[in-house]
Amino acid sequence: MNWTMLDTWIVIAGVLSACSCSVLGNFLLLRRMSMMGDAISHAVLPGLAVGFLLTGSRSSLVMFLGAAVVGVLTAVFTQWINRFGKVDEGASMGVVFTALFAVGLVLIVQAADAVDLDPGCVLYGAIETVPLDTVQLGSLSIPRAVLTLAIVFAINLGVIIVFFKEFKICAFDEELATTLGIRSAWMHYLLMTLVAVTTVASFESVGSILVIAMLIVPPATAYLLTDRLQSMILLSLGFATLSAIGGHWSAMAVPPIFGFADTNTSGMMAVVAGLLFSFAFVFSPRQGLIARFLKPKTN
Amino acid sequence: MQFKFWILVSLLLVGAPAASADVMPLMRVLTLQDYNTRVVVVGILLLGIAAGVIGSFMLLRKRALVGDAVSHATLPGLCAAFMIMASMGGDGKWLPGLLLGALVTGGLGILMVLWIRSQTKLKEDTALGIVLSVFFGMGVSLLGIIQKMRQGHAAGLESFIYGKTASMLAGDAMLIGGAALVVITTAVLLFKEFRLLCFDEAFAKSQGWPVRALDIVMMLLVVTVTVIGLQAVGLILMIALLVIPPATARFWTEHLQTLVWLSAITGGISGLIGALASALVPNLPAGAVIVLVAAAFFVFSMLFGSRRGVVIRFFEHWKLSRKVGRQHLLRALYEWVEESSGTGPDELAAERESMGISFESLLPERSWHPRQLRRWLRDAMGQGNIYDGSDGLFHLTREGWSEARRVVRNHRLWEIYLIEYADIAPSHVDRDADMIEHVLGRAMVDELEALLRTRYPHLAMPPSPHTLSLAGGRS
Repeated sequence: MNWTMLDTWIVIAGVLSACSCSVLGNFLLLRRMSMMGDAISHAVLPGLAVGFLLTGSRSSLVMFLGAAVVGVLTAVFTQWINRFGKVDEGASMGVVFTALFAVGLVLIVQAADAVDLDPGCVLYGAIETVPLDTVQLGSLSIPRAVLTLAIVFAINLGVIIVFFKEFKICAFDEELATTLGIRSAWMHYLLMTLVAVTTVASFESVGSILVIAMLIVPPATAYLLTDRLQSMILLSLGFATLSAIGGHWSAMAVPPIFGFADTNTSGMMAVVAGLLFSFAFVFSPRQGLIARFLKPKTN
Repeated sequence: MQFKFWILVSLLLVGAPAASADVMPLMRVLTLQDYNTRVVVVGILLLGIAAGVIGSFMLLRKRALVGDAVSHATLPGLCAAFMIMASMGGDGKWLPGLLLGALVTGGLGILMVLWIRSQTKLKEDTALGIVLSVFFGMGVSLLGIIQKMRQGHAAGLESFIYGKTASMLAGDAMLIGGAALVVITTAVLLFKEFRLLCFDEAFAKSQGWPVRALDIVMMLLVVTVTVIGLQAVGLILMIALLVIPPATARFWTEHLQTLVWLSAITGGISGLIGALASALVPNLPAGAVIVLVAAAFFVFSMLFGSRRGVVIRFFEHWKLSRKVGRQHLLRALYEWVEESSGTGPDELAAERESMGISFESLLPERSWHPRQLRRWLRDAMGQGNIYDGSDGLFHLTREGWSEARRVVRNHRLWEIYLIEYADIAPSHVDRDADMIEHVLGRAMVDELEALLRTRYPHLAMPPSPHTLSLAGGRS
């Protein structure tokens, strides 16, 4: 295995994407909307398809906007069906994102002859090709995806820091937020917009499966280790970074042990995140299986 | 059982190929002349029915998204099965073997969800998300390895993600149809037990039912349906077949049996149309069509469903608010007459003819918006409860008077009840009474009247328990 500059760029893209997702995921987890990330990342497909069909290019602003709009619509439709149709929240989410995904699939397959947009690429991305498409920034030549993801990460981090108090109160006590004059519905849609934008920015480079994993798994791991929101967010960023680096390394290093070639990096990043979670699940000092097993039963 | 009917229908469809030797592809597909198409269509139809049946129970248990986690968790099993079969020198794409692998990891996924949920403070949605993404990541990694294997040609495996009905063989479809029949039969046989599980798990446990075992059977059925649906609709859209038909049926009924029945029909029809469409139109993914048909049913039902549809609920709400508005108007008129005449309720009847009230003096009686008040007045005039006298004042008609008496009586009875039994202070009682008086049942009114007779034996109309001038600011 030899590590080159290309690998470094791939890992940087992975880390940026993973951190952008994790920082949002903490709030999704606390608001019990973890599956919203899954729903949005599947549902953006028709937005991508329409944007792509209109412009014929894979990195156009139209495509980006189209997907982001559909992502937010997913949240809106879910809420409508939940409120007006009195359908259980999980089920309304399931209805909305599968229907949107189906629309996107039909669009893509129908247009497959004219355009080159592989639905598989949306799912597990093409992080291996990230370093090939570069932009010139001053004297530095950096991959386009890295630049995009860096901007998204900066936006996510900025919004979370600026509205930290509001997000925090909304996550723990929506009624308190309302009495304090915080528009919790606005905060909800702001969060959903960020999730949608992050998903779209990540889909091409790392694929939606990594987005889902990074929205949910690192925050869940951190949640098992701490009770404070600040430390939870910091820990989740740490786990996201570790998963991205470890994922790319193991994608190259693990399969050869069994006599295979290397494998898909995004998938392995999700697997490493899962491994970190299982460590926390077993060894967490207060929440872990061992700690709970050793703790004397209090009745 | 009612499902026999559907089995009969599918048999008829199989036997339908008419004698016509029309060569047009449309006719060939619609009359199911190709043996392969016929078997595939029936297989998908049964799949839709099975998913609709088992999905209904999942919906009621608020576990709609479990199917999502299961279907994603099947991918590593599929890939591992492929790798094992290929490395043993066999055909990596032998369907029963692949499905067995999917069944194993799908089941493992469900167990992990339940385990994480019971052992940590994480909630169900997070547990689902963790299992879903990590298992799917594992599958994607294995897929990456397979694509670089010498035996390669993992093309067949990718079709499990998006589904590929068109390329299904009769043998595969028979496997799917057979497994779907097993699921349907099991669910029908265990219907009573599943119902108990859905509505009162604690009660079922206390009655000595093997709740845990039943739960496992139900989960096993979910995994089975998901796994057999993989090839036809793909693992991402399989969840839709488990969620959309039951959610659609829920708008039409409050009974479990009808729910299961309607959901099975919706799922079956969606499957049927999807399979036919993909056989007819090249390049049309069957899974997507199935989901879109089901989604169309859903949207229609959400709007027009007879039980929980948006339109019917909106209409009922409108009707109630109209009734409440009219009753408030009548009460305000009655109380105004009562107040301004200062006589007992029995003498009021004679006086009410001569008493009229102008719009301006009526307006401050409640916190009405002028436009609102005008609407209620128009409404009450239409009902013949009040009339617009030649003096430009509003008067109660004879019917309006008795209706107003009834309304005021109910209101005051309810106020007495609240003071007597619910310990609500007299100054607050008016507002609380407002919320319920319009829906008082006959039996409750009788009971309250009995109470009234013991408190005010000589009166037909109880006096207001609070001063009426206070009531000016009520809402």
